[in-house]
Amino acid sequence: MSAQPPVIPDYGEPSACVARDATFCTDWFGDHWWNLFWPALVQHLELTLIAVVLGFVLAVGAAVLCHFKSWLAAPVSGVTSFLYTVPPLALFQLLVPVTGFSVLTVEIALVLYSLYLLFTTILTGLREVPEDAVRAARGMGLTRRQILFKVELRLAVPSLISGLRVTTVMTIGIVAIAAYVVDQGLGSLILKALQSPFNTQFIGAGALAVALALAADGALVLAGRLLTPWARTRRAA
Amino acid sequence: MTQVRPETPAAAQDIVFDHVVKTYPNATVPAVDDLSLTVPAGEICVLLGPSGSGKTTALMMVNRLAEITGGDIRIGGRSIRDLDPIRLRRSIGYVIQQTGLFPHLSIAENVATVPKVLGWGKKRIKERVGQLLELVGLPVDEYGRRYPSQLSGGQRQRVGIARALAADPPVMLMDEPFGALDPITREHVQDEFLALHERIRKTVIFVSHDIDEAVKMGDRIAIFREGGKLAQYDTPRTLLKEPADEFVARFVGADRGLKRLTLTRLADLAGSGELSPARPDDRSLPVLPADASLRAALSLMVAEGTEGVLVTAAEGAPDADGAARADGTPAGGTGAGGRVLGVASLDAVRKAGTA
Repeated sequence: MSAQPPVIPDYGEPSACVARDATFCTDWFGDHWWNLFWPALVQHLELTLIAVVLGFVLAVGAAVLCHFKSWLAAPVSGVTSFLYTVPPLALFQLLVPVTGFSVLTVEIALVLYSLYLLFTTILTGLREVPEDAVRAARGMGLTRRQILFKVELRLAVPSLISGLRVTTVMTIGIVAIAAYVVDQGLGSLILKALQSPFNTQFIGAGALAVALALAADGALVLAGRLLTPWARTRRAA
Repeated sequence: MTQVRPETPAAAQDIVFDHVVKTYPNATVPAVDDLSLTVPAGEICVLLGPSGSGKTTALMMVNRLAEITGGDIRIGGRSIRDLDPIRLRRSIGYVIQQTGLFPHLSIAENVATVPKVLGWGKKRIKERVGQLLELVGLPVDEYGRRYPSQLSGGQRQRVGIARALAADPPVMLMDEPFGALDPITREHVQDEFLALHERIRKTVIFVSHDIDEAVKMGDRIAIFREGGKLAQYDTPRTLLKEPADEFVARFVGADRGLKRLTLTRLADLAGSGELSPARPDDRSLPVLPADASLRAALSLMVAEGTEGVLVTAAEGAPDADGAARADGTPAGGTGAGGRVLGVASLDAVRKAGTA
């Protein structure tokens, strides 16, 4: 007869830090980087990116439409701001019966949240394009489409970027809550660690979420600078 | 590679307003009421009037930024109603007050806007942009890559003019183009534009609310009154001498006599033999170059308390008849050193002003 496996699996010897039950164990964090933290970080980024990109496309479309047909702006703004006020957990609760405990549920909710800030900032950006630049463009014989793509959207880039910045940071935060729906992202590490007295996992995951938000924000600032060389220039002496 | 053709300038075309009416939707009175006038090819016509007199609307109807509701406008004999608005606008230069330069595009890209949408080749566009920026005194090597925010107001306005000329339109519309500039820069850019116009001879419609600017820039001036009615259409000289009615007289101002003096240069007096020969004791008189206006001469006489000014040949102008050289530097003189052409007396200036 072969020996039965032990009832309690052999986890090996805990490090001194873990044995002491310290607040944060760097060695444990390092040991679990590749099997725990890194995959969660990548999932977190993926969930965020899909939501922001989809939300951005929808919001640009809606904002351009409302820019052309201004009577649409009030109703669209009303709907998006209403969606924005629904608490995330409540929205998940509403969606789960329809789309299940799935990534789809999470993305639908994230996109709906992103719309309000993106739509508002993009429409404001389009409306704040200097009137004389648009009038000159019309007077020179640019078509409505050319004015939109060559002048208005280009001049709205700073607004687009600032909208993307707040939305991205906000979405990274909400993705952490989405762990209630799908077992993905840094939120799921935090959620599981909440039930354990061992702190390194949730501190590590939380810190990574903060770092991700800061990095994404920084990347967008950089992208904004590259896209608007004209905004950096100061009057030559 | 295609050969880059040297640009042969398009011939200017006349612009005819034929009983043009513009009534905006929901407006009870027309913005422009039965406007008929002809701007001859190659001339500058200034539309002048108080705000709300319809002068900007009249301008915007030419490139169909405002659609006419009655009558017709013809450019070179062709009705603008028969042309697609987009194509029409691409064939008309357009300059507006705040320049309307695109802040996100470099100076060269701004100037290239219309050639690009017209689908010109890269090489042709590059050549044209270089040529135009040279023409307005902003060499492309130095300024082409800058952004509008890096230029002064006057430089921006010059770029605006270069951009309007890019596709070599036969007609230019300018809507208070120099209105936002400080007085010194404005005067400078006005002079530059007049010199440029000497060379390019486009038909220009120029909106202004400033009578001095109108007198300076216009071959003809159309004065509008409230309600979009044309009050008078004449050369500056006639307008200032014979205002059609009380409104025009008030609009051109009580100093219209002085304004008329700006239209005549001392050189014109010299040309018609109205300068008296300089005597030895005239050396104490203030000195002006021949290209100064009679108004400047009168102003100097008043300021210096003299009965005349000594007129010297303008720099670069051919000598008159070997006149004596002014020695010394009389007070108030700006053109000291040139050959003395004679003395413009107070009487001569007054006479020329009423002629």
